Amino acid sequence: MAKIKPRVKVPKKAEAGEVVTIKTLISHTMESGQRKDKKTGEIIPQDIVNYFKATFNGETVFETDIGAAVSTNPYIEFTLKVPESGTVGFLWKTDNDGDFETEKKITVS
Amino acid sequence: MTMQLTRRDALVFTVAGVAAATVGLPAMAKGVDDAISAFAGDMKVGTGKITVTAPEIAENGNSVPIEVSVDSAMEGDDMVAEIMILADGNPNPGVATFKFSALSGEASASTRIRLAKTQNVVAVAKMKDGSVYSASREVKVTIGGCGG
Repeated sequence: MAKIKPRVKVPKKAEAGEVVTIKTLISHTMESGQRKDKKTGEIIPQDIVNYFKATFNGETVFETDIGAAVSTNPYIEFTLKVPESGTVGFLWKTDNDGDFETEKKITVS
Repeated sequence: MTMQLTRRDALVFTVAGVAAATVGLPAMAKGVDDAISAFAGDMKVGTGKITVTAPEIAENGNSVPIEVSVDSAMEGDDMVAEIMILADGNPNPGVATFKFSALSGEASASTRIRLAKTQNVVAVAKMKDGSVYSASREVKVTIGGCGG
C-alpha cells in the first residue's frame, strides 16, 4: 500500500457568514471488493476509505458515508458557512489502515 | 421426439427471450427501490428541489464526477439533513451518503464515483422536516469501472 496522504484546499481568509467551498482528497486505492486477482482468480477483499467528517471548531459541518463505488483517491467537495475565525478539522476512516486527520485555519477579516 | 430447431422456432425463442429480458428490467433496479424506501421510511418521495449534475457521457467509468445540490436556505426547518447517492447498474447500488448541518451554508457536495456501465445515478434528499425528494440522471459509460 502506497503512503496514504490527505490533501485539503481551504481558503485562508473569509468574511463572516461567507459560504466557502472546501475540496478534499485522500490518496487511497479504494479496492472495491469486486475485482479478481488475475493470477489466482480469487476476489480481492474490499479495502476502502469508508467515512469522512469535517468539523469547524469541533462542531460537525459535513459527514459522508463512503461506499466502494467511490473512485480511487476519494475526492469530496462541500461548503462551509464561516461564522468566525477558526479551525476546520478533517477526519477519514479506513477499513484497514486506521484513521487520518488534518486541519486548516480560516481567518475572518 | 427429438427437438429440431428450425429457423422459425429459433426466431420465436429469440422474441421470447427479449420479452423476458424486458419484463426483468424493473427487478434489476430493485436494490435501488429498497434502498430508497429504507432511507425515506413512510414518507412519499417527491420530485424537484434536488439536482444531480453528471456528464452525459463518461469515457471512463472509474472516475465520474458528480454533484448534488438541493434548493434550500439551510436555515431553521428549511434544511437538508442527508443526500444519498445510488447507482442502479452497479453491483451494489449504494455509493455514498452526505450529511449536512447548519454550518454547511449550502446543500451541495461533489465527489467522483465508479460506474460499472451505462446507468442512472439517483440522488435522494431527506429534509430536516422528514420530507424526501429524489432526482436521477442517466450517465452513458464507455468503459466500465468495476474491473474484471
